[in-house]
Amino acid sequence: MTGSILFEAIVFLAGAIICVSIAKRLGLSSVIGYLLAGVLIGPYVLGFIGKEGEDILHFAEFGVVMMLFLIGLEIEPKNFWNMRKTILGMGGIQVGGTMLLSYVLFAFFGFDWKVSLVISMAVALSSTAIAMQTIKEKGLMDTTFGTSSFSILLFQDIIVIFMIGAIPLLSNTTLETKTEDHGTSMSLIDSLPLGFQTLAIILSVVVIVVLGRYLIVPMLRKVAKAGVRELLIAAAFLIVFGISFIMELVGLSPALGAFLGGVVLSNSEFKHELESTLEPFKNLFLGLFFMAVGASINFIVIANNPLTIGGVLIAIIVIKAIVLFITGSIFKLKLDQKLLLSFSLAQVGEFAFVLLSFAFGLHILEQEQMDMMLVVTALSMSLTPIFGVVNERFILPKIGTKESVKRPMDHIAKSHKIILVGFGHFGSTIGRFLRSHGVEATILDHDSNRVDFLRKMGFEVYYGDATRQDLLESAGIAEAKIIISATNKIEVSKAISKIIKEQYPHVELMIRTKNRYDAYELLNLGHENIYRESLDTSLVLARDVLSKMGFRKYTLNRQVQNFKKYDEDSLRRLALEPKREEDYIFKAKQELAQQEKFLNEDLKRGVVEYDSHWDSEYIRELLNKK
Amino acid sequence: MKKILILFSHPRLEQSRVNKILIENIINKKGVTVHDLYECYPDFHINVPFEKELLSKHDVIIWHHPFYWYSCPPLMKQWIDMVLEFNWAYGPEGNALHGKICLNAITTGGSKEVYCSEGYNSFTVKQFLRPFEQTANLCGMTYFPPFAVMGTHNLSDEALDEYKINYGKFIDLLQANLSINDMDNKSFINDIPKLKTI
Repeated sequence: MTGSILFEAIVFLAGAIICVSIAKRLGLSSVIGYLLAGVLIGPYVLGFIGKEGEDILHFAEFGVVMMLFLIGLEIEPKNFWNMRKTILGMGGIQVGGTMLLSYVLFAFFGFDWKVSLVISMAVALSSTAIAMQTIKEKGLMDTTFGTSSFSILLFQDIIVIFMIGAIPLLSNTTLETKTEDHGTSMSLIDSLPLGFQTLAIILSVVVIVVLGRYLIVPMLRKVAKAGVRELLIAAAFLIVFGISFIMELVGLSPALGAFLGGVVLSNSEFKHELESTLEPFKNLFLGLFFMAVGASINFIVIANNPLTIGGVLIAIIVIKAIVLFITGSIFKLKLDQKLLLSFSLAQVGEFAFVLLSFAFGLHILEQEQMDMMLVVTALSMSLTPIFGVVNERFILPKIGTKESVKRPMDHIAKSHKIILVGFGHFGSTIGRFLRSHGVEATILDHDSNRVDFLRKMGFEVYYGDATRQDLLESAGIAEAKIIISATNKIEVSKAISKIIKEQYPHVELMIRTKNRYDAYELLNLGHENIYRESLDTSLVLARDVLSKMGFRKYTLNRQVQNFKKYDEDSLRRLALEPKREEDYIFKAKQELAQQEKFLNEDLKRGVVEYDSHWDSEYIRELLNKK
Repeated sequence: MKKILILFSHPRLEQSRVNKILIENIINKKGVTVHDLYECYPDFHINVPFEKELLSKHDVIIWHHPFYWYSCPPLMKQWIDMVLEFNWAYGPEGNALHGKICLNAITTGGSKEVYCSEGYNSFTVKQFLRPFEQTANLCGMTYFPPFAVMGTHNLSDEALDEYKINYGKFIDLLQANLSINDMDNKSFINDIPKLKTI
C-alpha cells in the first residue's frame, strides 16, 4: 500500500495541511505541526511511511539548502564581513564549549574516547532548519538574538566540513572501505593531498563568486527580458541546484555554498524576484524535512531504554543551553536575548544525522550507540519548538526586558519602510528627494534595461512586477508604512490598490495619476492620496507666462495655490457623479464641455477667487462708503 | 470652562528643546486646541475662512512662538495680516474678537537681565511686544502680559521642567477664569500671585 509515489505524496501533503493548520490555530510554530505530522504518519503510529522516511530526509535537506540561499540573499557582502567577529567568536565558543562538556560527560560514562569525540562533535551542532525557520516566522532576524543565532549556525556550517574531514582519522578501517561505505559522497577531492584539498575548496568559493557576478546575473537579465514567468522559476532552481552540485563535487556543504551564492546575489536587482520565487518551495521542502525528522523517531529504541535516552537527552540539552547562555553573556547580550538564544539553539541538529551515520559507516560507532543518538537528535529537534513556547509564554513575560522601542526623532528615516513602484522620470525624482533625507525606499521596476542602467548609477532598484502579491511581500510590504505607485499605468495602480485594500490595509498608498479620469477611478476606490501629473507643472508654466506679461509674482503664486485648491475640490465633487463610461464619444464630449465650463467659471469669477489681502484700495472704498 | 486656542508657530520645531517640551505637555489637555501653523501652512497659504471659524470657537488666543529678532516668526505675522481682516476683526463692523483674551507665550535665548534699558537689548520685553498689544487692543481683546521662558541658551533641565509645569498650571488657571485684575501689574504672567500660590 505504501509503494506508490502518489500515495506517499497524498499522505505527506494531507498530514502537513491538517497538523500545521491545527498548530497555527493554537498559536504554535508551524515547525511543531510538521514534526507532529511526521510522527503521526511515521512507522510507529499510523505506519503510512516506513523505512523510506530516511530517503525523504536526504531529499528534503534540499529545503535547508534553499533556506540558506534565501538567507544569503538578505545579507549583503559588506554586512557579512562586519559579522566576522561574531561568527568566529560566538560560534567558536559555542562549538568548543559544547564539545568539551559533552566529551567529558560521555567519557565519564565509560564510552570509548573516539566514540565520545564523535558524539560530542555531532551534539555541538544545532539545527539551522528549525532555529532559522522559527526566527524568521517570528520576524526576529534583525534582533541581536537573531544575528547571534545566525552567526553561530553559520560557524557550525563551516566547522562541519572539518569535522567530516576529521572523522576518518579516528577510524581504523582503511580508506578503500571508507569510500565504499560512504555511498553518498561523490567527492572528487578525497583522493587529493591535503594542500590541494584546501586549494580546491578556496577555488570553488571563488568560482561561485565569479559565477554569481558574471554568469548568473547576465543570465537572469536575459530571462527577464524574455518575459516568460516560469523561466524565472527555472532559473532560480538552476542556480540553487548548480551551486549545490559544485559544492558536493568538492565535498563542501551544499548549504554553505548556497549561502555564499545568496550573498553574492544579494546586491543584484533580482534579489526580491528570486526571494518571492523560491520562498514557497523552500517552505514546502523544509516542511517535508521536518516531517521526515518526525517520522524517523524510533519509538522502539525509546521503549527499550527510556531512562538512558531520557537522561542523555536532558543532559545534552542542559549542556547546550548552558554553553549558549555563557556565550551570550560573554558577548553582552541582554537577559531576554540570552534566554531566547539558549532555548532556540539547544537542540542537536540535522548535521548529527550525517556525522553519526558517517562514523557508523567507518565502524567507529556501534549500531546501538548510533540508534540511541539518532533518537536523541530527533527528539531534541522536536522539543525545541515546545521549549520556545514555554520560554515565550511563561519565562519572558516575567523578565520584561524587551528590545528597546523608543526611537529618537532622527530615526524617522530608518524606522519607516517605503516601497516605490516605478522608477521612470517621475519615480526617480521621488527617490532622489527621499534619499536626500536619508530615506532609502525599496524600489521596484518592471523594465529590466532600466533596472540595469539605474543600478550602474548606484540606485537600489529591483526587477519585478509589482502587481504580484508575492513580490510585494518579499519587498517587505508587511512592515512597510507607505507604498508609492509612481507609474502612470492605471491598471498597475489599481492592482496594487486591490492588494493593499484586501491584505495590507495598514499600508498607506500614494498614487501618481495621468489625468482626471484615472483620478476619478481611484477616488471612487476610496483613495485620497492622488497626485495628478497634469496639475502642478502646467500651473507653474502658466504662472510664469503671466509673470512675463507683467503680473506680480507673489500674487500669481497665491492664485496658483487658490486654483489648485479649487481644482482638487471640483475633482472630488465630479468623481461622485455617476458616469456612463462605456461610451467613448460621450466621454470625449463630456471632457470638452467640462473644460469649457471651468474656463467660463474662471472668467466669471474674475481672478480665480475673492482676495482682499494687503489691499488698501479695498479698505479706502469701504471707509468712504460710510 | 474657557476654550483656549494656542497659535503655535516655530519654523524649526525639530531643533527646539524648550518649545517641544512646553507643547507636548499641554497638547492633550481638554478644551485646549494647539494649532501648529508651520505644519498646517508650509507654503504660507493660510486658509482664512478656516482660521476665522477657529477663532470664533475659542475664548482665549495665545500666540506661542520663539522671540525671533524681537518679534514673531514670519508665518505668525502672515497669519495676523491675513486673518485679522478689516471689518471682521477691526474696523467699523469688525467685532468678531471682542471680549476675548489674548497674550503672547514666548521663548527667548537672552536672559531677563539683558531686556532692560541697561542691558544690551536696551528695551524690555513688554516694550518689544507693543505691536501685539495694540493689535489685540484694536480688535477689542483683553491683552495679558506674556508667559515667557527666558535665557533658554543656559536653561538647566530642572529649570525647564519647572517652566513646563508652570505653563500647564497657567493654562488651567486661564480655563478656570483669570481676569486682568489678577495680573497685579506684573510684567510677566509667570509672576502673578495666583500662579505662585498653587
